[in-house]
Amino acid sequence: MELLSGGEMIARALEDEGVEYIFGYPGGAVLHIYDALFKDCKVPHVLVRHEQAATHAADGYARATGKPGVVLVTSGPGATNAVTGIATAYMDSIPMVVLSGQVQSHLIGEDAFQETDMIGISRPIVKHSFMVKHTEELPLIIKKAFHIASSGRPGPVVIDIPKDLTRPDATYEYSYPKTVKMRSYSPAQRGHTGQIKKAAKLLLAAKRPVIYSGGGVILGDGSDLLTQLARKLNYPVTNTLMGLGGYPGSDPQFLGMLGMHGFYEANMAMHHSDCILAVGARFDDRVTNTVDKFCPGAKVIHIDVDPASISKTVMADIPIVGPVQSVLTELLAQIDLLTEKDSSIPDQPALERWWKQIDDWRAAHGLYTGRRYDESDMIMPQQVIESLYRATKGDAYVTSDVGQHQMFAAQYYRFDKPRRWINSGGLGTMGFGLPAAMGVKLAFPDSDVACVTGEGSIQMNIQELSTCTQYNTAVKIINLRNNYLGMVKQWQDMQYEGRYAMSTYEDSLPDFVKLVEAYGHVGIQVKKLSDLDGAMEAAFAMKDKLVFLDIFIDPMEHVYPMHIAPNGSMKDMWLSKNERT
Amino acid sequence: MRRIISMLMENEPGALSRVVGLFSQRGYNIETLNVAPTDDPTLSRLTLTTVENDLRIEQLTKQLNKLVDVVKLADLTEGAHIERDTMLIKVRAIGAVREEVKRTTDIFRGQIVDVGPTVYTIQLTGTSDKLDAFVAAMAGAEILEVVRSGVAGISRGEKVLSL
Repeated sequence: MELLSGGEMIARALEDEGVEYIFGYPGGAVLHIYDALFKDCKVPHVLVRHEQAATHAADGYARATGKPGVVLVTSGPGATNAVTGIATAYMDSIPMVVLSGQVQSHLIGEDAFQETDMIGISRPIVKHSFMVKHTEELPLIIKKAFHIASSGRPGPVVIDIPKDLTRPDATYEYSYPKTVKMRSYSPAQRGHTGQIKKAAKLLLAAKRPVIYSGGGVILGDGSDLLTQLARKLNYPVTNTLMGLGGYPGSDPQFLGMLGMHGFYEANMAMHHSDCILAVGARFDDRVTNTVDKFCPGAKVIHIDVDPASISKTVMADIPIVGPVQSVLTELLAQIDLLTEKDSSIPDQPALERWWKQIDDWRAAHGLYTGRRYDESDMIMPQQVIESLYRATKGDAYVTSDVGQHQMFAAQYYRFDKPRRWINSGGLGTMGFGLPAAMGVKLAFPDSDVACVTGEGSIQMNIQELSTCTQYNTAVKIINLRNNYLGMVKQWQDMQYEGRYAMSTYEDSLPDFVKLVEAYGHVGIQVKKLSDLDGAMEAAFAMKDKLVFLDIFIDPMEHVYPMHIAPNGSMKDMWLSKNERT
Repeated sequence: MRRIISMLMENEPGALSRVVGLFSQRGYNIETLNVAPTDDPTLSRLTLTTVENDLRIEQLTKQLNKLVDVVKLADLTEGAHIERDTMLIKVRAIGAVREEVKRTTDIFRGQIVDVGPTVYTIQLTGTSDKLDAFVAAMAGAEILEVVRSGVAGISRGEKVLSL
């Protein structure tokens, strides 16, 4: 057996784990590890400009590839800077392994230089964490961390490593375990057959069914099976913000996103449904509106790999705990059995009436059918996303930041494939978009990667333009510029009589074109609608360049539909500034 | 309703803070908490009591089970069980009160484990209700200090919480 130092063990273990990129930032407590990476490690390291960006880049990589993202940061501020990104990954169940340096063992607890209790600080936002006590444990702990991060309901795992355990002069036998078994951790491998049988029966008896699927379908690679199920039954499908791409967005059976800024037809269908099949979704407050008024006539079948997600806010009539692939496979088989025996199910006349009703909703207030822009040359934000969709033929990886632009992107870019829509849904982290796009672009260098952002969000991690220069990550930044913190302004318009408390920058915004040029990138300003498509195409034609499109949009536009709260139900929505359900 | 939740967890540093942290993170209260190693040195047994409705308890036990350090968990109040809380209570014992404290202690089957010229220290074991009743019965005396271990519990009969 080979003798390695702690630092070398980490470098080797990451290789043995098949890691493709390490996103990180060096510092005192991790210098032994960095030296080991420098001397002998096949895994490339991406030097970000702020540790938050390391976590978002690893997160974007993980969302696009399905493999855990890997982060390496130093102790103290390095670790605390990573916290926002860890919380972002935790809320969206993204597999991530974060290695944080710690001060030397004998200094722990003495308020040493750059000491912080990372295990304590990160405790509520990790799936699990490890404090390494002995160098010999490193390979097993790293194996466990990857196992926990990527199995069951995925999530971030932190490994805190005191500096003395990585010193080069103390070597130990190294072998990387192939598998790992933990007595206290065994995520569900399959659903309960009895429950799946009941679910199949209830689903086939439905007269007004809706399939409501979330991020779990994407995380569990269940999109194909879900699509198969929906098409077999001809049932309508709606996706959560996290679930977009889990069912083809351009398919006629797709009702669009549901929830606070969901499509009219999606929210109406949910409210009037008699049977909801929830798959890998968690009935988040941004979906349900007032829980007590949520879908009063619906029976709920809830499939999730995490038992704690079931009946947390909305009671499930038929709970099924298990991985989406295995449960949907079994559910499809049960449906085949039942429909072979009884050709009168599902109830086709009822389903026809249901589709007729849904089509009427669509025709009345559907996002794509109901929209009218005025004739001026002012650019509406929705038109930017539609232009982006055309220029990329609907096949780009689209990351976003948080705010109005995020909702417009979710509404107007019709994602046909899973893992293409990459946004911070749960935590709502501004500053996520650009570093996440870097992670995606590194994973798929030949694909188009767009970051839809606003001038508020982009400035939260704009320093990463420099990282993009260093690694030539040619992402396209689509800046929807309205000179306001748009979503804040929208709420201030609707609930605070237009008092724009601290939601404008006055004249302080930089010249973004000059700014990106200073980093060696290309900037294009777009102010007229007639220039929009041309600029968009030009940007994507520059394959090896980062292009920043600074697009001036109508500053007064709001995102609609919008749930009416408090005390509203799924069907209570503002449809425009003066029209409501 | 009051629940006694008992769990086996990895005897690892940080395991306890994960359990306790989960309560504050998700807005649950802990009434009592008791934790110690078991016959297997790699496992700790943690018992806590909390007052919550059924729905919240279901969510709480699911969240506790999700913690990687929690190996096995049971809600002891779901079945027949034995619970014990131990109290050490120091009271001022002078004059007529001294005899009265002794009598009440005997009635409750407690033991006086330390005697001073002016104080008694009494040890009493039982359900939380019994200990509460004893404290109430000491109302006539001056209570100087109360220490309780928190509830420890175990199922009746064949049912065991083990690996």
